[in-house]
Amino acid sequence: MTVIEFIDIHKSFGPKRVLAGFNLKIEKGESFVIIGQSGIGKTVALRHVAGLLSPDSGRVLVEGIQVNGARPAALRKLRERMGVLFQSGALINWMTVAENVALPLSEHRRFPRREIERRVDEKLELLELSDAKFKTPSEISGGMKKRVALARVLMSNPDIILYDEPTTGLDPVMSMVISELIRQMQRDFGVTSLVVTHDMKSAFHVGDRIGMLYGGELVQVGTPDEIMNSDNLVVRQFINGELEGPIRAQ
Amino acid sequence: MNEKGAGAGNRFSAMLEMIGAGLIEFLDQAGYTMLLLARSFYYLKDAPSKAREIVTQMYFAGVKTLTVCSLVGVFTGMILALQTGIELQNFGMQYQTGRLIIASMTREMGPFMAAIILTASVGSAMAAEIGTMKVYDEIDALEMMSISPVKFLVMPRVTALAAIMPVVSVYIIVLACLGGAVVANSILHVSFNVYIKHLYKGIHFKAIYVGLLKAFIFGIIISGVSCAFGLRAESGELGVGHATRSSVVASFLMVLIFGYFITALFYG
Ligand SMILES: Nc1ncnc2c1ncn2[C@@H]1O[C@H](COP(=O)(O)OP(=O)(O)OP(=O)(O)O)[C@@H](O)[C@H]1O
Ligand SMILES: [Mg+2]
Repeated sequence: MTVIEFIDIHKSFGPKRVLAGFNLKIEKGESFVIIGQSGIGKTVALRHVAGLLSPDSGRVLVEGIQVNGARPAALRKLRERMGVLFQSGALINWMTVAENVALPLSEHRRFPRREIERRVDEKLELLELSDAKFKTPSEISGGMKKRVALARVLMSNPDIILYDEPTTGLDPVMSMVISELIRQMQRDFGVTSLVVTHDMKSAFHVGDRIGMLYGGELVQVGTPDEIMNSDNLVVRQFINGELEGPIRAQ
Repeated sequence: MNEKGAGAGNRFSAMLEMIGAGLIEFLDQAGYTMLLLARSFYYLKDAPSKAREIVTQMYFAGVKTLTVCSLVGVFTGMILALQTGIELQNFGMQYQTGRLIIASMTREMGPFMAAIILTASVGSAMAAEIGTMKVYDEIDALEMMSISPVKFLVMPRVTALAAIMPVVSVYIIVLACLGGAVVANSILHVSFNVYIKHLYKGIHFKAIYVGLLKAFIFGIIISGVSCAFGLRAESGELGVGHATRSSVVASFLMVLIFGYFITALFYG
């Protein structure tokens, strides 16, 4: 079953064309990685799935329901089952780590406080954050913020998770821990994931399939093996980090 | 058409275009702000669950501005006393100074001074804070958690500022009367007793409730405008700065315009 589908998405900001004929289908329980250079439009693509951006033309479907132009109630229902790990973490800076993590549940008063606290402790432990429980975001490191944000995403047990640069700014070991966690979510809970990254090591570890975004569309989609042995010049230059090739530094 | 005519025509149409674009932007922003305020009134039903946030915001707006408000209040009173007192002295009526001070402070100057201070300090901080949250995806993150940013951020700020503005105004009025007393006493040689006695005569019930109403509405305007600019801040280094500056200018203009119309409504 297809969970996320982009159909011929075009998106520009003023004169700048970011997505042009972007197509992609992600199956249930799949882990798909979008790679591409900085500023190419990875975040823009990801935000379309959550309905945080609307395409100029084209359709975005999540479980067959069109996201762009969806009614607020329908959108809310979709978002309840979806989690977004934002690139910046997007923590509320006057709240403690524990309050931030509790936020998805505590604001809605659908759960007893005991249950919320239990889940907060569980997620904090999972991400090795128990010591930071009562600190505020300004008192913890960038990598820790990212993990707190991930803990917050996991609180509502979403079955679709969109990860925007989940490992950027983390040390290699912690980066691997997070990559493995994304895999674990997929294995244990059947989570469908869309990961956006330029960390190639993480991309190869996390992705069932990888797509390279360039010039507004996915120039190649394939398994990690296919991508690693690609003869597409853009892909080869990118994954090997070569200076010579079609990609120019901006 | 000769070149000169064409140039003038072009410039004229360019000017019209600019005015048109500015007008559209203004109406767009005004509409957005009013809608935002309407939505935050709707969320007043959730005010009890946001009590902590409301109190925090009241603390920022009230307690943190105490020093500035005190200074502004005292000096406004001193200036008023000096200006009106010297004039009154010509008629031998300097004992009336207190009466004039409290009349002008309650009707106009108290709420207005409070609005200036809170626009500059609290309103700009609100726009900057919410603008930063917007730029760092925090607003989107709230949306993803099905938490309304209006309920979470705007309603508590509007409530707090609407509640605290009348208090700040009264505080400024009281301090202005004190400042006036000092000048009246030291420069105009009006004794405290006489000053106070005539000051009481200047207190009018209508002036007070219209003044407090003004303060209340200014509180709503400043918080609403600041939150609106913050929520619409554009990403990039300049986005938040631009939102903050625009919010101060717009709040200030709106305070003046609404101040006039409220006065006209009650005294016109
Ligand atoms: N809201 C917006 N308004 C205007 N331009 C935007 C907006 N969002 C993104 N852009 C532009 O779209 C382009 C793609 O941005 P995007 O954030 O998707 O890049 P990215 O691939 O995620 O890069 P990075 O790896 O650095 O995060 C950039 O040039 C950016 O300036
Ligand atoms: Mg990005």
